[in-house]
Formats: sequence, structure tokens, C-alpha cells
Amino acid sequence: MSRNLTVKAAVVAAVILVALVYLVPTMTSKPPAWWEGVLPSEKIHLGLDLQGGMHLILEVEAEKAVVSAVERASQDLLRKMGEEKIRATRPEPGADHTIKLTLLADSDRAKFQDLIKTNFPDYKELDAKTDSEGKVSVSLQLLPASAKDIASQASEQALETIRNRVDQFGVSEPEIMPQEDGRILIQLPGVKDPQRAVALIGKTAQLEFKLVDDSVDPRTASKATLPPGDEIYYLYDRDSQSGRVSKEPIVLRSRTVMTGETITDARVQIDSQNNEPYVSVAFDARGARQFGDITTRNVKKRLAIILDGKVQSAPVIQEPITRGEARISGDFTMEEARDLAVVLRSGALPAPVKILEERTVGPSLGRDSINQGLISMVVGFILVVLFILVYYKLAGIVADLALLLNLVLIAAALAAFQATLTLPGIAGVILTIGMAVDANVLIFERIREELRLGKTPAAAIDAGYGKATITILDANITTLIAALVLFQFGTGPVRGFAVTLAIGIASSMFTAIYFTRMVFDLALSRFSVKGLSI
Amino acid sequence: MELIKPDVNIDFVGKRKWAFVFSALLLLLTVASLFLRGGLNQGIDFAGGILVQVRFNAPTDAAAIKKALTPLGMQDSLVQNFGREGNEFLIRAEKAGLKLDGLGDRMRETLKASYPQGFEVRRVEMVGPKVGKDLRRQALMAIFYAILLIVVYISGRFEAKWGLSAIMAAVLVGATFLVQTIFAAAGAEDAGMVPLIITALVVTVGACWLFRLRYALGAIVALIHDVAITVGVFTLMDKEFTLAIVAALLTIIGYSLNDTIVVFDRIRENLRRSGRQPLGTVINDSVNQTLSRTILTSGTTLVVVAALWILGGGVIEDFAFALLVGIGIGTYSSIFVASPVLLLLPESKPAGLKVGRRSRPAPEPAPQAPAAKAPSVQQKSASRKRKKGGKRR
Repeated sequence: MSRNLTVKAAVVAAVILVALVYLVPTMTSKPPAWWEGVLPSEKIHLGLDLQGGMHLILEVEAEKAVVSAVERASQDLLRKMGEEKIRATRPEPGADHTIKLTLLADSDRAKFQDLIKTNFPDYKELDAKTDSEGKVSVSLQLLPASAKDIASQASEQALETIRNRVDQFGVSEPEIMPQEDGRILIQLPGVKDPQRAVALIGKTAQLEFKLVDDSVDPRTASKATLPPGDEIYYLYDRDSQSGRVSKEPIVLRSRTVMTGETITDARVQIDSQNNEPYVSVAFDARGARQFGDITTRNVKKRLAIILDGKVQSAPVIQEPITRGEARISGDFTMEEARDLAVVLRSGALPAPVKILEERTVGPSLGRDSINQGLISMVVGFILVVLFILVYYKLAGIVADLALLLNLVLIAAALAAFQATLTLPGIAGVILTIGMAVDANVLIFERIREELRLGKTPAAAIDAGYGKATITILDANITTLIAALVLFQFGTGPVRGFAVTLAIGIASSMFTAIYFTRMVFDLALSRFSVKGLSI
Repeated sequence: MELIKPDVNIDFVGKRKWAFVFSALLLLLTVASLFLRGGLNQGIDFAGGILVQVRFNAPTDAAAIKKALTPLGMQDSLVQNFGREGNEFLIRAEKAGLKLDGLGDRMRETLKASYPQGFEVRRVEMVGPKVGKDLRRQALMAIFYAILLIVVYISGRFEAKWGLSAIMAAVLVGATFLVQTIFAAAGAEDAGMVPLIITALVVTVGACWLFRLRYALGAIVALIHDVAITVGVFTLMDKEFTLAIVAALLTIIGYSLNDTIVVFDRIRENLRRSGRQPLGTVINDSVNQTLSRTILTSGTTLVVVAALWILGGGVIEDFAFALLVGIGIGTYSSIFVASPVLLLLPESKPAGLKVGRRSRPAPEPAPQAPAAKAPSVQQKSASRKRKKGGKRR
């Protein structure tokens, strides 16, 4: 055996060995203990279409976070102007991130400008008009750079919050990735209850506390008769027996006295009186002080607890609550209470999210896909192997071995690169089986031609490989181009197809050219070959 | 064993008129079916909408399902039997104005009322209009870049004119950019998909003709031929275009070229060896010499894809079908279309000449170069070519 051939054989053996090592975790249910930590322990990763699961693309409506920031600022402005004794109309948030108000006296102008400069540096005065009575109408606008900051912060925070929620949902190996345009990609493999997952992830969970205006009769109240600074909300009530939902109007002061921002913990508790679950929330020190303040000043008044714009309950404050705990009840089922606790714990989404794309595959369909994919692969493989065997006889065995080795290499590469195997990916492997034979067909047909010209087996093999190799490379590059483009632009399953196709092409170059050549050379060096069985 | 005898000599080139007529008929059918159906049948990947696959525990039918979904305003949904068992259905809706957010859940609730025996929702695919548009753009870009890269590769590799292939790429990008701008200016931000690709193809074919890129022209005509007819078959059968089908089309492009390249490589090899023979004869010999390989490879590929089509299950069925049609057409075209197209360009500049010119720094002759001059050049370079070929052997 020549040195060159020894090297070749060693390379082939090494490749096969490495491939098998990478396949051990996939083949065995649990590799031995000594294996782990030293050798690869990653199984072939299955795509959502094979193992079942959920794929979501969410859009964070970051613009709404900016709008609510402007709303909050106008409430703060009202309070600050009160403290500074600036007389003005109520600041109203307007379009394009503006706040509009009218100063009642021209003399307050300097004081007002000072207040804006020190307390609201993100706002600039757009224009100010003084009328004949000395009133000044001012409009402020949030600086575009600040608006952009708020929006991007909202997106980041939403991502973080969603990550927290998914972590608590108990899915193994979830994937959460920011995309362009403030979108978020979420993949939940093997999720059992997709409905609940969507509800949990997509809930804004904006908690607000507002005081009830008991001076107005909610039954006769209408938008027109409402005192300034009041709003009508609805209190939903579900009858636990019939499940029927009734709603009843309630008039609230529109100022938000407190939000859920300072919540540190939320847990489900059971009410000892009616045996119904409720969620108890704990505030941090600042929140506890704020909550204590509110409850001290408003004893015997009603405090409404609003979640995402819906009044959950409006209990009467019996006594000041200074422990920093609040209780949210509202006819929850146990599961609803649990999920509410999760979303409150993980924090509110700074802006609502919208589902742009959802793809869910049930576990049973995934299983069917795997089975059908594997069956068609095995059937295709057997048919091709038999055909090649009949057509090329002994040389066919070599080609078949190459084909088998190709499958092993593809599987090993999938495990090694942690690529994802999808159903189109299996199709890619199947296609590769059909196409990988091509290289050997090209070579063998060429060798037959050379033999017909009267060359010796060794010379025919040499010429066959020499002439066919360039063509094989050429022909495969175009398929490789298609695979690369698909990988670049495809998503999910299609990308899986591109991956297996590309891997399959690359490894078939090795098996169909390098490996088979080595086998032929080996045979030629060992036996004095008179004729070729091809 | 031999399916094709080594001394086979079928006059493919002589019968090329019939092949062209046959192909023209198929293409005509494609165009007709596109007009008849009013364009491609876009799946929810591109059109947006919702697709739900449900397996019912008790037998039911499409009409009953539609009736059950009436409260959601989905009575016009497309309900199709899925797979081989009778009680599994695909429900598809793409009605504009349907509130997609949470629709899957609402469908589940609504079906629960009508099917107390139970059912299993096996798959939900919801694509909002925004994402649908993005996916459409992505598919377009994929097709466009595949064409671009392959044009560059083919014109560079076969004609050994990488500089020219770069110019081709630039022209292609420029032309499509122009079309895009025109469409954007006209306010049709989305309608650009088909015109853009058509522009790219027309420019490519035109440039190949203008620059006398014989092989590139053949390969690209064959590629357009294969993909167009596959699209035609899909349209004729009213099958949906999804992301997976676009992937299949790109694979067909790759495969179609694969086949073509093998034949072309042989033509070039034979031209080097026998510069005096008419191009038509050389082409016909080459096609015959590679015929056995073409049939064998296509055969094995078709066998595995057929196995996938028959056994792979409903999710992958259309994908496998597209591959089956495309690979079948691709095999036909590499024998009957790609090679004869080489003869379409005037024979004054046979392909053998191109290789010889590689080493010469002289600029490319203008396409209008007088034909009378050509023969003398041909003689010289052909003889030089022979010498080169001889050395190599």
C-alpha cells in the first residue's frame, strides 16, 4: 500500500470515527457518564414542525409606550404646576407627542419655562400664543430623540418581560429573539397549551390604581355630565355558577394614583371566606410608602384596581395599609389567578404586543411527520441502493457504501453544528440521496467509456475520476448556490431544507469522490485486478 | 447492466424543432392557465390569513364545518379534506378584515359547540398581512438573488469571462433597481414582484444574446423553461404557492442547471478535441454520450422524490410534487432544450473559440462585429485549441 493511500485511508477512518462519536448522543437514550463533559453530548435538534410546538412573531407597539409616557408627563405637569402655584388649565396630551395647556396669567410664564427646563428636559416648547386677556396657550412636544429612546427602551423591556414570563411557563429550551422593526420571535417547542401560552405572553398586565368618585351616580352618569377629571369604567362580574358576565358602570377619577411598577412579588392565595383564589401583590419600599400614603388619605373611600383597562374590583379602604401589600380579587379561576401572578411578577409590558404570525404544530402531527419522513427516506434509500447494485454490480456496492456513509455524515454534521432538522430538511436528505448517486454515476459511466476504449482498469479508473471530478464540482455548485440563497432568505422549515441540502452536497463530494476512489485504489493495490465489475 | 447502449446515437439536435414546439405548447399552457386563474394561487404565507388543520373524532364534512364556523363570519372559508383518513380537514381563510389576532382560539371555542365528540387541532398557521408582505418580499429576493448568482456563475464559469459576468450582474441589478423605482413611484409598492423577476430574466437573456454568451443563454433558457412549466402545472392544478414551494422552485433551478452543466461540460470537451466538426454534430454526440448518465441520475432522483410524494404525508406532499414535476421537466430540457439553444446564436462564432480568446487581452468584440471576419479567427484559435487539448491529455 502506497503512502498516499495510507494517508487517504486514515483520513476516511478518522472522518467515520468522528461522525460516529457525534451520533452517539442521538442514537442512545443516555450516553454513559464518562462520555459527558469529554465528548459531544448534543442530540440532533428537531424543528418545531417535527417535535410540535409554537412559533410566534410579536410586534411591540412601542408607539403606545411613547403616548402613555406623554400622558404620564401631563399628569406630572399638573401636579408640579400645583406645587409651584402656576395657574393653568389642565394639561392635555395631544397628537404628535404634544401636551397642550393654557397659562392663566402671563406673569407665570417665566416660572413655567423654568419648571419645564428643570423637570421636563425631554420637552420643548413648540409655540406659545398670548391672547388679549393675557392668557398664554402653550404646546410642548416630546423631543424626537427622547421619543425614540422611550420606544426602543419599551421594546427592550418587553423582550425582557416576555423572557421572564416564558421562563416561568415551564417550556424546555424556549427561544426568544429580537427581530428587526421591534419584532420578537418566540419559539416554544413542545408547548402543551398554546392558547394559554399566548394569553400569558401577550398580556400587557398594566396594573393601575384609581380612586372611585362616589359623588357621581354611575347609573345616570354620561360623558356630558361627568365632572372634569372623571371617567366611566366598567366593573365586570362573572357569576361563578352560570358563568354569565354582567357589567356595571363605575365612575373613577382619571388620575392614576399608583401603578404596578413597584411590585416585587405576586402570589396566589385562597380567600378563607368564599374559598376563591386571589392574587396578593407586594410592593418595594417606595411603593409601600406610596400605597400607605394613598390608603391613609382615602380611608372609607373606594379604590379601583384596574388591569389592562378593566376594573377588577373596587374595594372600600377600611384602614391605612402600610405593609406594602395589596390584594387583587375578581372571580378568577385557579389557573387565571396563577397566570395573573406570573405576569404581575414578571412586570407589565411597557406597550401592548400584537401577534403578527403564529404557527403551531400539535405533537401528534409532528410525530406523524417524523414517521412519514423517515419511511419515505428508507424506501427511497433502499430503492436507489438496489438499483445501483444491480446496475453497477461490485462497483455498485462501493457506491452504495458511499451513500450510506453520506447519510451518516449528514446526521453527524447536523448534530455537530447543532443545526435544526425540519420536515423539509428530511426532504433535503432524501433529495441528496437521489442526487449524491449522480457523482458516482458520472464517474462510473466515464470509467465504462474508458474501458471501452481499451484502457486497463487502473488507467480507466484514473481517467474516469480525473475527467468527471471537475464536472461534478461544477454541477453541484449551482445547487449549492440555491441552498445558500435559501438559507439566507428562508425561515424555519425552509432554512432546515437549505441546511441539509448544503450539508448533503458537501458530504457527498467527500463520499462519492474521495471515499470511493480510496476503495478502488485499495482494491487495486491489494489484488491484481484484471477486469472491473462495473 | 446497461439501459442505454454505449453506441446510442439519437438525432436530438435534428429533432429540435419538435422539442421547441412541444416546449412552446407547454409554456403557452402555463401562460393560459395563469390568465385563466388570475395569477398564482398564493397560500397564506404570502396572502396572509389563517390555516387550521383539525382532526375530528367523528365523521363530518366540509359543509358542516363551514356551517359551524358561520358565527365567526368564516362561512366562506376553504375547507378541504386532508390526508387519507376521512375526518381530517384543512380550514383556510384569508378574508380581509378578519381579525386574525386570537382567531385560532375563537375557532376552537366555536367548533367545540358543534362537535361535542371532540377534535384535535393539529396545526394552526396564522400570518398577518404585514408578515405576509414581508415573506413575499423575502421570496422575491431569494428568487432574484438566485438568478443573479447563477447568471454570474454560469457566464463566468462557462465563458471564462468573469469581467463580463460582473458587468452582467451590474446591468441586472441596475435594471431591476430601475423597475423597482418606477413601481415605487407609481405607488404600487407591492405589485413589483412579478415584473421585477420578469425584468431580471429578460435582461439576462438579452444580455446573453448581446454578448454572445452561448452557454449561459442555453442554461438560462432551460432554467426559465423548467421553472415556468412547474409553475404552470401548479397553477393548472390550482395548488397553493407557499414558502416551501418557492424553496422547491429554487432547488429545481439548481437541479436543472446541474443537468445542463454536465452536458455542456461534455460539449466543451468534445469541441476541444474536434474543432472542425459542425457545432450541431458535436452537441448531438455530447448529448448522446451523457444520455445514460442523465437518465440514470434523473431516475434515482425521481424515485426518491416520488417516495417522498407518496409516503411523506400531507404536509410535504406539494413540496415533493413540485420537485417531481421540476426534475422531470429539467431532465427533458437538458436534452431537448438547453443544448439545441446553443445553436440559436449565429454559428459564426462557435463556442470553441471562446476558450482560446481567454488569454488574449484584446477587448471583447462588439456584438455587431462583422461576421465576415470571424472565420479566419476561428481557424486560428481552433488550431491553437487543439494544441492545448493535446498537451492536456
